[in-house]
Amino acid sequence: MLLSIKNLHASINGKEILKGIDLEVNYGEVHAIMGPNGTGKSTLAAVIAGRDLFEVTEGEVKYKDKDLLKVPVEERAREGIFLGFQYPVEIPGVSITNFLRTALNELRKYRGLDPMSAVEFLKLMEEKKKLVEIQSNLTNRSVNEGFSGGEKKKNEIFQMAMLDPVLAILDETDSGLDIDALRIVAKGVNHLRRKDNAFLIITHYQRLLEYIIPDYVHVLFEGKIVKSGGKELAIELEEKGYDWLKNT
Amino acid sequence: MKEIKTDTKEIISKERMIGLFEKNREGLFMTDSEFMSRIRKDAMERFRELGFPTTKLEEWKNTDLKASLEKGYGYYLHPVIDVDVQKVFHCNIPHLDTAIIAQLNGWYVSKDVPLMELGNGMILGSLAEAFKEYPRIIEKYYGKYADFTSSGLTALNTAFAQDGIFIYVPDNVSSQKTIQMVNVIHHPESIFLQSRNLIILGKNSRISLVHCDDSYNQQASFANIVTEVFIGENASLDHYKLQNMNNDSTLISSVYFNLEQAANLESHFISFNGGLLRNNTRILFNGKGGTANVRGLYLMDRKQHIDNHVFVDHANPECTSSELFKGILDENASGVFNGHVLVRRNAQKTNAYQGNKNILLTDTARVNSKPFLEIYADDVKCSHGSATGQLDSEAMFYLRQRGISEENARMLLMYAFANEVISKISIEPLRLRIEDMVKKRLRGELSVCEHCVLHCNTPERPLEFDIDVTKI
Repeated sequence: MLLSIKNLHASINGKEILKGIDLEVNYGEVHAIMGPNGTGKSTLAAVIAGRDLFEVTEGEVKYKDKDLLKVPVEERAREGIFLGFQYPVEIPGVSITNFLRTALNELRKYRGLDPMSAVEFLKLMEEKKKLVEIQSNLTNRSVNEGFSGGEKKKNEIFQMAMLDPVLAILDETDSGLDIDALRIVAKGVNHLRRKDNAFLIITHYQRLLEYIIPDYVHVLFEGKIVKSGGKELAIELEEKGYDWLKNT
Repeated sequence: MKEIKTDTKEIISKERMIGLFEKNREGLFMTDSEFMSRIRKDAMERFRELGFPTTKLEEWKNTDLKASLEKGYGYYLHPVIDVDVQKVFHCNIPHLDTAIIAQLNGWYVSKDVPLMELGNGMILGSLAEAFKEYPRIIEKYYGKYADFTSSGLTALNTAFAQDGIFIYVPDNVSSQKTIQMVNVIHHPESIFLQSRNLIILGKNSRISLVHCDDSYNQQASFANIVTEVFIGENASLDHYKLQNMNNDSTLISSVYFNLEQAANLESHFISFNGGLLRNNTRILFNGKGGTANVRGLYLMDRKQHIDNHVFVDHANPECTSSELFKGILDENASGVFNGHVLVRRNAQKTNAYQGNKNILLTDTARVNSKPFLEIYADDVKCSHGSATGQLDSEAMFYLRQRGISEENARMLLMYAFANEVISKISIEPLRLRIEDMVKKRLRGELSVCEHCVLHCNTPERPLEFDIDVTKI
């Protein structure tokens, strides 16, 4: 078991957002989490990544069979958890190259590896840039500064490809993307999909799931997973909307 | 020459300074030219009226000199210098072709010539010597820009000024070499010093000037330094003021820039360390079409205090000025930014911007930011902005989520913040050196002995003065 969540409750400023989530993710699986706006999808992603804005009030999260909730953000990342942000943060003055090189070398250090040489690093960057079809000059720019919505999302996938995580959580990476960008994002995910990693894809629409075929689909509604199923559930949701779930 | 000095460890007061002036009037200042003696007298009269600034003055509301003045300092009216300047101020920054002119405790230091005249007509060296050698230049420029009628400290400096740096660049001369003015304070006892610099750039000339204020030991000091800079028509000055003083130092550095028609100034104020630092920067556009870009970076911690006062006088049309001052304040440090842009009635087509941004790393660090535009012309573009906050927590999370440690994430964000100023440094070896110093400073590893751009790439090391400092 890679990730196991039991009865997870989390709140922000005293307001409970997650009201008892149960979820299990195995190596090699792609899970989609769907649901209307404001039901706690992004909160779930943030809690797994370790955002301290949210307070976990009840329940447990195990990652690689260890309690995850006490682990600091950066250590979770070094253990292979990657969060693709719904709203990637602009960091003026920090170039993508510098940022990724720092991140990658910290990961390597944690794993007992030597820092990557500049030549190796640049080679890796070129390779991954091709995968997500981003312009080569983008990596010299400051992280996300002045990027278009599509560039920001592609940059998240690019970072994911560079860092090669074990559990990748993509928080509404598809929102606001045109069809070309969506295709590139999906291509990136499908390329990285392996037996020894897993994906948690949070999305509002079924559209992305036409390109990334999930193994499981969960519907999150008012802080709880109200329905789980296979990929056909996504199609059902697309046809019927979310309203029919309110009565289940 | 007899050595004249007052008691050491005496507090600085108006009465003490008046007494010291009167006591030395007949002896010390009697070699002055008629011009110098008149200007001293006038300045002293003005100082009698103004005295030292107090927090009752709007300009000094947030910077209190009282504790600094009361520490007790010796005042020396004569240097005793016997030093190999090249050894003390040896620069080994790679690829930076530089001419060094140095001051120790406010006095010009040189083994051989107090004033050098270079092949291209440039004159570099001691101001005291220039008073004697170039009276016509002195009378034309000295005291013309540093207005002592409105500042007690500038009046006091003008009354006492004996030495400092003199730089004269003739018309149409461009110096390939970067000039480094290094002002080192190093004395076994606490001292009060008042040096004076005069820099003149003729028409169409161009120089780069690195202007450092450093202290070498942990003794208290009080420095009241005045620098006048004349930038002639269509001339360009690339100016860097670097400050790395000890925690017991007080430095009031007043720089008066005068820009003639179409003159160009790029100025950078980088304050690494210091007990109380006050930079008075005054820019006068004395002709049409001038440009002045002033940037500042200050990195303060402990109980340090930094105060940047920038006054830009758009007295003529079609001039452009921009100010960007950025600061990171840690622990109990305090900062002041006071930017005043005056656009006079005839200064049409003025373009002016003021910006001040601060990061406060603790709840006890504080900053007082006051950008101020005073506009009397109607066809102008002026704007200002000020922002003070903590490190961006969203960005911190983003960086840490990629595996970057909290400490490195903080460093990256602080460095990125500072880099907006550093990246504008056009002399590459200097920029690299300053980048390195900023990184060290942010990591808390910068030594006060690591002065300016000298001795680059060498770790902290004890001071090697080939000089008996007790004789100074």
